[in-house]
Amino acid sequence: MADQTLKKPLLSVTAEKYQTLIKQYTPKPTIIKNVVRAFIVGGIICSIGQIFINLFSSFGLARVEASTAATATMIFLGALLTGLGVYDEIGKFGGAGSIVPVTGFANSIVAPAMEFKREGYVMGVGAKLFTVAGPVLVYGIATSIVVGFVYFLLH
Amino acid sequence: MVFAKPPVILSSYSVVGPKEGQGPLGKTFDKVWKDDLNGEKSWEVAESKMLQEAMNGAINQASVPKEQIDFMLAGDLLNQIISSNFAARQMALPFIGLYGACSTMALGIAVGSMLIDGGFAQKVLVGVSSHHDTAERQYRLPTEQGAQRAMSAQWTVTGAGSVLLGSDGAGPRVTSATIGRVIDFAVKDVNNMGAAMAPAVADTILNHFHDRQLRPVDYNLIASGDLGAVGLALACELLKQSGMDMGTNFTDCGVMIYDESQDTHSGASGCGCSSVVLAGDILQRIKAGELKRVMLVGSGALHSPTSALQGESIPGIGHAVVIEG
Repeated sequence: MADQTLKKPLLSVTAEKYQTLIKQYTPKPTIIKNVVRAFIVGGIICSIGQIFINLFSSFGLARVEASTAATATMIFLGALLTGLGVYDEIGKFGGAGSIVPVTGFANSIVAPAMEFKREGYVMGVGAKLFTVAGPVLVYGIATSIVVGFVYFLLH
Repeated sequence: MVFAKPPVILSSYSVVGPKEGQGPLGKTFDKVWKDDLNGEKSWEVAESKMLQEAMNGAINQASVPKEQIDFMLAGDLLNQIISSNFAARQMALPFIGLYGACSTMALGIAVGSMLIDGGFAQKVLVGVSSHHDTAERQYRLPTEQGAQRAMSAQWTVTGAGSVLLGSDGAGPRVTSATIGRVIDFAVKDVNNMGAAMAPAVADTILNHFHDRQLRPVDYNLIASGDLGAVGLALACELLKQSGMDMGTNFTDCGVMIYDESQDTHSGASGCGCSSVVLAGDILQRIKAGELKRVMLVGSGALHSPTSALQGESIPGIGHAVVIEG
């Protein structure tokens, strides 16, 4: 048993001071490396998309239809690579470069679908499908409604 | 707490996933799974099976009939500690479920030693588990989600470790323990759990040395559970500023288990981390006579995904157990 008359030792660092210590010891995110990688990976993904647009155009599709078909193809590729377990590796390397394009959106839907299949198709896949993409959809749609309303008033 | 009749660690057993098996301590583990699922239908079932394997392994190594075991103490990271509950269903032993987040191994050894030293038990089985994929989906993102992890983030260990404590026999002994206080230094970043736990570990270490009137040099090894590289550096700095120089024997299980090339950023975390390093590397080195007196300070972050989303900071805890060869 400890001698209760002795003064208990205390950490001589306050919570406030600790915050500056944390800043000092926590490694900084490698911003420049991340930005360069995101630029390259994002650029490659978009270039592949452009190749599909040109390809579909050469088949005689109109400009708008060709880009719709290319988008669908990119979504398919994003979902396929997620299913094969490759997209998370691309994401780890490319960061925002692989999140922002439409392939990243496919990844954010397919990943939870795979993850929560074991909890069943209703409460698992059904309920958790939009855990990652949900906020994007909610605020994306909300913003488009507001912008649409402003556009309607101006015209 | 100093144990009047120090309980003996009769046996230990560790089971880990493939990534841990490839790490620098790979050879010290009793069993390495070839993949994280090991033929089960879900990661949760796999984790529970892993815990059972570790506990049965410890029982078999000690060649003790199961009927002689008075209590099974177990814990893990999942909601309602399901891995332990389901393992206990198979083990059919009187079961006490524990939750100390990643500090559960040290907590279990401390409580088990109290049961034995207090005369309530002859033999107590302690085991904990964690699984990278079950923890990821509960605390963070789906595993196939392509996202970058923060530099201070840690990698949850897939592993289960178990020790069998006995009132007498041959083996290393648990001589003392210090139960930690919950310390919260207002860290809210769930990607920097080492920083959240470091003050609690430092507090427990200070209290331990104060109670026992000892110094860090009296130990061959002082290992925190899973502070990671960032947390370990912070704990060292906190202790230094509080007037305690830890010397060169202070390390962290989360730093030991992976090497740089495994890209885990700040190191490992999870109940499994300290339990497999203890059951493997540390106890083997004690038995070989390389280490005489070791302190394990299990470190736990006592938050949940809900509390973190609601803006609560992360309370930390550290429990210390001293094992002597």
